[in-house]
Amino acid sequence: MFLQWQRSSSVTVGLLVLVWTPLFHSHVCFSKQRCGVIICRYSTVYDPTEKVSLFIRVIKTCKKMGIKTVAVHSDVDSSAVHVKMADEAVCVGPAPTNKSYLNMDAIMNAIKQTGAQAVHPGYGFLSENKQFAKRLAAEGVSFIGPDTHAIQAMGDKIESKLIAKAAKVNTIPGFDGVVKDAEEAVKIAGEIGYPVMIKASAGGGGKGMRIAWNDEETREGFRFSSQEAASSFGDDRLLIEKFIDNPRHIEIQVLADKHGNALWLNERECSIQRRNQKVVEEAPSTFLDPDTRRAMGEQAVSLAKAVKYSSAGTVEFLVDSKKNFYFLEMNTRLQVEHPITECITGLDLVQQMIRIAMGYKLQHKQSDIPINGWAIESRVYAEDPYKSFGLPSIGRLSQYQEPLDLRNVRVDSGIEEGSDISIYYDPMISKLVTYGKTREEALKKMEEALDNYVIRGVTHNIPLLREIIVHPRFVSGDISTKFLPEVYPDGFKGHMLTAGERRELLATAAALYVAAQLRSQKFLGDLRVSVVPAESRQWELCVELDKGVHMLGVSRSGNNYTVEIDGEKVEVSGEWNLASALLPLTINGKHRTLQCLLRTAAGEITLQYLGTSFKLRVLSKLAASLSKHMPEKVPEDTSSILRSPMPGSVVAVSVKPGDNVAEGQEICVIEAMKMQNSMTAAKAAKVKSVHCKAGDTVGEGDLLVELE
Amino acid sequence: MDYIYQVRLTTHISSAIGSLTHALLQNARCYSVSHLSVQERIEQKRKAALTGGGQLRIAAQHKRGKLTARERLELLLDPDSFVEYDMFVEHRCSDFGMEADHNKYPGDSVVTGQGRINGRLVYVFSQDFTVFGGSLSGAHAQKICKIMDQAMMVGAPVIGLNDSGGARIQEGVESLAGYADIFLRNVMASGVVPQISLIMGPCAGGAVYSPALTDFTFMVKDTSYLFITGPDVVKSVTNEDVTQEELGGAKTHTTVSGVAHRAFENDIDALLNLRNFFNFLPLSNKDPAPVTECHDPRDRLVPGLDTIVPFESTKAYDMLDIVHGIVDEREFFEIMPNYAKNIVVGFARMNGRTVGIVGNQPKVASGCLDINSSVKGARFVRFCDAFNIPIITFVDVPGFLPGTAQEYGGIIRHGAKLLYAFAEATVPKITVITRKAYGGAYDVMSSKHLRGDVNYAWPSAEVAVMGAKGAVQIIFRGKENQAEAEAEYVEKFANPFPAAVRGFVDDIIQPSTTRKRICRDLEVLASKKQTNPWKKHANIPL
Repeated sequence: MFLQWQRSSSVTVGLLVLVWTPLFHSHVCFSKQRCGVIICRYSTVYDPTEKVSLFIRVIKTCKKMGIKTVAVHSDVDSSAVHVKMADEAVCVGPAPTNKSYLNMDAIMNAIKQTGAQAVHPGYGFLSENKQFAKRLAAEGVSFIGPDTHAIQAMGDKIESKLIAKAAKVNTIPGFDGVVKDAEEAVKIAGEIGYPVMIKASAGGGGKGMRIAWNDEETREGFRFSSQEAASSFGDDRLLIEKFIDNPRHIEIQVLADKHGNALWLNERECSIQRRNQKVVEEAPSTFLDPDTRRAMGEQAVSLAKAVKYSSAGTVEFLVDSKKNFYFLEMNTRLQVEHPITECITGLDLVQQMIRIAMGYKLQHKQSDIPINGWAIESRVYAEDPYKSFGLPSIGRLSQYQEPLDLRNVRVDSGIEEGSDISIYYDPMISKLVTYGKTREEALKKMEEALDNYVIRGVTHNIPLLREIIVHPRFVSGDISTKFLPEVYPDGFKGHMLTAGERRELLATAAALYVAAQLRSQKFLGDLRVSVVPAESRQWELCVELDKGVHMLGVSRSGNNYTVEIDGEKVEVSGEWNLASALLPLTINGKHRTLQCLLRTAAGEITLQYLGTSFKLRVLSKLAASLSKHMPEKVPEDTSSILRSPMPGSVVAVSVKPGDNVAEGQEICVIEAMKMQNSMTAAKAAKVKSVHCKAGDTVGEGDLLVELE
Repeated sequence: MDYIYQVRLTTHISSAIGSLTHALLQNARCYSVSHLSVQERIEQKRKAALTGGGQLRIAAQHKRGKLTARERLELLLDPDSFVEYDMFVEHRCSDFGMEADHNKYPGDSVVTGQGRINGRLVYVFSQDFTVFGGSLSGAHAQKICKIMDQAMMVGAPVIGLNDSGGARIQEGVESLAGYADIFLRNVMASGVVPQISLIMGPCAGGAVYSPALTDFTFMVKDTSYLFITGPDVVKSVTNEDVTQEELGGAKTHTTVSGVAHRAFENDIDALLNLRNFFNFLPLSNKDPAPVTECHDPRDRLVPGLDTIVPFESTKAYDMLDIVHGIVDEREFFEIMPNYAKNIVVGFARMNGRTVGIVGNQPKVASGCLDINSSVKGARFVRFCDAFNIPIITFVDVPGFLPGTAQEYGGIIRHGAKLLYAFAEATVPKITVITRKAYGGAYDVMSSKHLRGDVNYAWPSAEVAVMGAKGAVQIIFRGKENQAEAEAEYVEKFANPFPAAVRGFVDDIIQPSTTRKRICRDLEVLASKKQTNPWKKHANIPL
């Protein structure tokens, strides 16, 4: 889908002057023509969430600048959020991308029809299409973003590395060519020395990337990476380089105009990653000193100049523990984590990009670029963090509420309540940014924002985000790209409750239970037969949490509950609005926001507390004493059953009924969100039956293979 | 451990039925021939009554994963609210050694009385499997009849907890007469007070007809079953091999036969859920639908509904998403969630007031109406109408299901039931057409023509005789340019206007405002008065 913005169409006079922000000086003006931006293309089968949120972001800035926008969309996307936000919308065809978002004629027509004067290409195909750029130029329409030459040069890992070397940018030792086959990969790896990183030449975002520590892993990595590269980028070329163990990932934001000027806008620390995808980012980094920062910034700028870069871009570096830094790649688009740079520098990067596209010179000098305060960004994903720090989940956002009523919180998202998260979409829900004068303040704000973020209908990674930002290693700044596997060697298990927290949680569940019980006795209106409520000021309850059973005494006065647990008293008070998604409470004098995710008639209560959701069961003393008689329901034996851990499609099935498999042997490969996941046997056994075939679409929990 | 609560029960029961005790005391004194004082005998009988069939049988009951009759009542009712009747009633059989003292249990094989659920009055009986396997004697039946009679006079619901091996064979026809007495009262009470059966053990033979006559039948998974004849008889008559569970377990009746309305995990789960369910019901047909305190804003917008209906009209969505979004606190007590899933029925609240929800489910069989879904919907609509519960209908129906299976099965007769139920209903009826409302099924689904009070269409609504493709094939049979004609048909009919210009829908509304609109309408319609012509009773096409 694409979008276009334009200056008010009723204006017929020559000069239009923007006087909106101090950053955008009043001498800036546009030509006689109406000006506009078309943000073109997003395809519904290619992580549009990120794009939609970018489009929304662009539209917001355009609105601020007094520029009208036109969204271009296929017929099925007519209700997407950004389409509704844009001033105009043009449908360019039916859902298949080659009939709509890739249909250059239709898009050119839309540009002419709306009189657009500039195009924001979003990400993806047309943004890198030379033909498209040429046609735009012929029509005198500006293209917002770097030109195709720079995109192609930097998009190719091999070429970009050569350019970087030439520009005297530190690069990682490795093989600068295309690897032909697995054996050659093994040979090269041997020359560089293990560990090595095998990655797709065309790749990015961790896709098509594997680390190998020995020959066998190199072969396997080669196979996986080339498959993934082929399916994700249609280009299976790979390269191999030295793998820098335990590095930090720090990137420099650059801004360059069409007149050969370039600036660096400080760094972003993006070391917290899972499977090479960023999870938590911050700006500035706790690790860089001014000298290193300047050295990195200057190299980044020299690279930008070397490729005649214009627009905003990001130069990514790996930084080792001795503050040696190596060029990784250059990102030629506005990155997901750009808001944190905006927070600390005060610059609106989209606005800058538009200015640059219009041919204006940079308005700042390097010395004008400040570091004000601290900004943290959490990437909120529709993922189950308990599985490999995040396997995709799907569903419909039945309830969705961003914590926007908090100060210094910014949420960039492309979804809304009712949106469907499907296997075809990138699982990112939003970027949640908090800002503070200090890092501590920004982190506190992040805790609060995560607690107040309501997402229902899909599994999300807030439990993990909430844990990361309070982890002592993170708080002290002792992080690397290995942070997650090092801190959670056995996988993420959710928040570990302290004894005090456990009491708080139990007390809240008990108080909530009583509040609900009391309400269920309140009948309004004239009643023929009067209601005789069971009057009680004292409740004896039994609360179950993780197989631990606790006897609680609860007493109430108004909205205040006193809960006695093992001789300790916990005071819980709040509004007890049982319809609200959020449960703002005061527990023992401390303010806490919990969320009630589930409350059933049978006493099950699921609370989100400190980010993690906990399942509790509250029963009266009587019901609890009788529950020992209830029959145990036998759970299914899962060791001989392989179920899909996530929704996705089956790429390959490597066994058939009757085959003997060894423990750990690959049984099939499931692809979701363009990631291939190898499913292995939990035990050595004979294959009893196979319930899937290559090409099938499977849901989470679907039976794949049964073993004997 | 089990004694503790029983002792507690004793104390409150004795105070609650003090006057009754006093009267009995007087009588007992006159006829006492025992050396024990009357007072001692009362205590002894009462103690015996509280232990039912004795500790061994109680232990056996527990071992089966089931609670005793009294434990169940204690969980179902508010603490200290149970008032027991007929604790001293004994069976009157004198054949086969039944007259022996050790074969007499005070109260016999059922516990009856009244109590409160969340403060509201309810009459209850709970069959005691520990006494003669809960079998139904004349006395047992008489106890049940007594509370049913009183429930009808007072105007309060009856809940039966069934756990009975069947007829008391030693009593012969007296037991059968007892069943019939109960059946008659079930029928008389039908539509007067809500009747609920919770099957918590066996329920076989003639006994099954009492639950079948009540408004709702719930079951407990793995420990309850319902059938006319057990697996042994089935084997000897039809030579079929079938287990009890397959023949009449909770799964069978909630997914295949449609006999039971819902099943729960175990006794505790079932009883707690029943308490919750009870709050939706009015006490009798003389009471309005109950209104409870509500924290959900009545004018809440539901933005997710604006995008829920897919752009392509052949694509499914989940009607439950709409229901959950609109009702108070997303709380929906679904009736028959696993049977005839192409229609969704159940109870919810709007601004605190109980409503009955009926909705076609596009996710299953495109939401078409077939035999089972028509019957499921019809019975639910009639319950709501009988008990003054407003009905909200969400329509997305492509029509009735075609085919020989349906025609031979009598879809005409069964489909007519749903039509009949909606047409006959005089409670407030609000209808929202979310997408398709095609053909006769449009008429059936609480249309304006069947006295719908407020009928809304969403912008995605298509009210037409049939889908565009089918219509064009008929109108333009043999003509070329079918595609063009189809486009014209879509332009004309695949939108809410044809219905709106004729006043068949009252308004075309933004989906996100649906909750707000319905809450407002219900307020107005609360005073609705509508009566059908006098008749002895109507003649629904059974």
